[in-house]
Amino acid sequence: MLAFVISRILQALPVMAVVALISFAMFAYVGDPVAIMLGQDFTEAQRQALVASLGLDQPFFVQFAKFLWNALHGEFGLSYRLSRPVAELIAERAPATLELAFCAALVSICIGVPMGVYTGLYRNSWLSRLFLTFSLIGVSLPTFLIGILLILVFSVWLGWLPSFGRGDTVQVGWWSTGLLTASGLKALILPSITLGLFQLTLIMRLVRAEMLEVLRTDYIKFARARGLANRVIHFGHALKNTLVPVITVAGLQLGGIIAFAIVTETVFQWPGMGLLFIQSVNSADIPVMAAYLMLIALVFVTINLVVDLLYYAVDPRLRVGGGAARGH
Amino acid sequence: MAAAIARMLDSDLWWSFRRSPVTIASAVVALVCILGAAFAPFLAPHDPFDVATLNLIDAFKPPAWAAEGDAAYLLGSDDQGRDILSAIMYGARVSLLVGICSVVFAMLVGVAVGLLAGYAGGAVDGLLMRIADIQLTFPNILIALLVDGVARAALPPAVHDRVALFVVIFAIGISAWPQFARTVRGSTLVERNKEYVLAARVIGISQARIMLTHVLPNVLGPVLVIATLGLSNAIISEATLSYLGAGVPQTQPSLGTLIRIGNDFLMSGEWWIAVFPGIALIVMVLSVNLLGDWLRDALNPRLR
Repeated sequence: MLAFVISRILQALPVMAVVALISFAMFAYVGDPVAIMLGQDFTEAQRQALVASLGLDQPFFVQFAKFLWNALHGEFGLSYRLSRPVAELIAERAPATLELAFCAALVSICIGVPMGVYTGLYRNSWLSRLFLTFSLIGVSLPTFLIGILLILVFSVWLGWLPSFGRGDTVQVGWWSTGLLTASGLKALILPSITLGLFQLTLIMRLVRAEMLEVLRTDYIKFARARGLANRVIHFGHALKNTLVPVITVAGLQLGGIIAFAIVTETVFQWPGMGLLFIQSVNSADIPVMAAYLMLIALVFVTINLVVDLLYYAVDPRLRVGGGAARGH
Repeated sequence: MAAAIARMLDSDLWWSFRRSPVTIASAVVALVCILGAAFAPFLAPHDPFDVATLNLIDAFKPPAWAAEGDAAYLLGSDDQGRDILSAIMYGARVSLLVGICSVVFAMLVGVAVGLLAGYAGGAVDGLLMRIADIQLTFPNILIALLVDGVARAALPPAVHDRVALFVVIFAIGISAWPQFARTVRGSTLVERNKEYVLAARVIGISQARIMLTHVLPNVLGPVLVIATLGLSNAIISEATLSYLGAGVPQTQPSLGTLIRIGNDFLMSGEWWIAVFPGIALIVMVLSVNLLGDWLRDALNPRLR
């Protein structure tokens, strides 16, 4: 177990190193922070002093090491656009994004799995065909368009739900949550559906395919021969054995949810990290972009790691081969 | 030529195409989209970029079938009196152009890398596939956004406006190459041990030539499928980037740009400005997706 964990962490390190290098290169070579910080009037001596104080006269690797050291302490400097510490900006926006991502994941799993089980069990019913058509459309629809259509129907035409923002939030410690107020919950509905729809269709198709596969196996036939109730066979035996790939895909998609939160947050003007990132891209605010990139990379690497470990926990075959027998 | 057509009509592909009404329908729809976009200057009822013909009195006209609609503006008009239908046709031109160019770019990079990795093997293979793996961990849209953001920061605004279209093509293309590389590498690994490659090597043909003229043609089948499905992804990526304000320049609005403009008028009730470009986008992507699905099944010998 320990060897497996260590080997996975060792594989994750180069990824982080590459991303850190890219972030640093953006910092160091894109745009000119000295020119931005000096403004219009300056003498050559002032410029030299600033360059020295920022450490820009140091060799590349010294600068990179310093950047890494600062990044490990959550120091990414000041945002060019807002002149505030990047770490502070991100920390303030993180709860909004995390709550949205959590609700979207919840939507996609709680609806996607039952739909997948149903379409797997009753593959020829009209409802299954409807679900499958719906999933094809779900895959073809860009996220932002789903959001716009939902706003049009539920905010503009029906006037049931808010079209932008988080509603009222409550401060719990440093965490601002929208989960505790009625308007906050209402504001979460449309963005969560928008963000979760793609994952929902993916999970549904995956569960369906796995169910079809599992229902053909001998142990299901044997369970039927033993006279077990359908409910026990379908949920206790069949669904349970489809869960390994579902956990993997759902886990890996969690990263996708956080990335696509950028789009959803823009559509709904949701004050999260994604909106911050988009505003930074549009105004070439490199420190925020670099910090966001590192953060997202960390999230992705962690998710991959956790999924691998879950695999290990769920699939006993892995324990025998010590990781060599991974995959199909 | 006639022989080629006769051969095509006799092929398995054509047979499975004729048997699937959905595929025929989506091919027709895709063809209409492509022709409408390609010949937009001749077919569009108005020229949305000709400032002389724009009149603010014509702004915010609802679609022709609505009570205050105007037959001259079939799908209504936007805030500056531009005809939505014409804007969609011109916008689809940009969307398709960027989509096709970025898929071709991704394909060139991916096939080259995959072929090299699969044929060379060893450390080269390990390194290239590791890079592809790392990139695949991150969603395409994030990489495209990042490339676009860096280009925006690195280039002065005047230069950036001129090359914005190429930046978008590069950004989307570079975010999509690993899929091609992995597939081509997989098939190359199978092909390189086959007897015709060994034979070619025995008679002393150079490695580069074996790769390009012998192995390459035999690994291109799956590439076609990925390219088709990749096209719909590229169109969606482009629309998303443009919707986020990071894509093509304002002077060349794509479908995504049109939707972004329309988004501002959604709350005040002018829904047609965003919805019709959105529908055009969905129809285009859906038809390409269905064609891709069909191609995948038709080329997969296991499903026959």
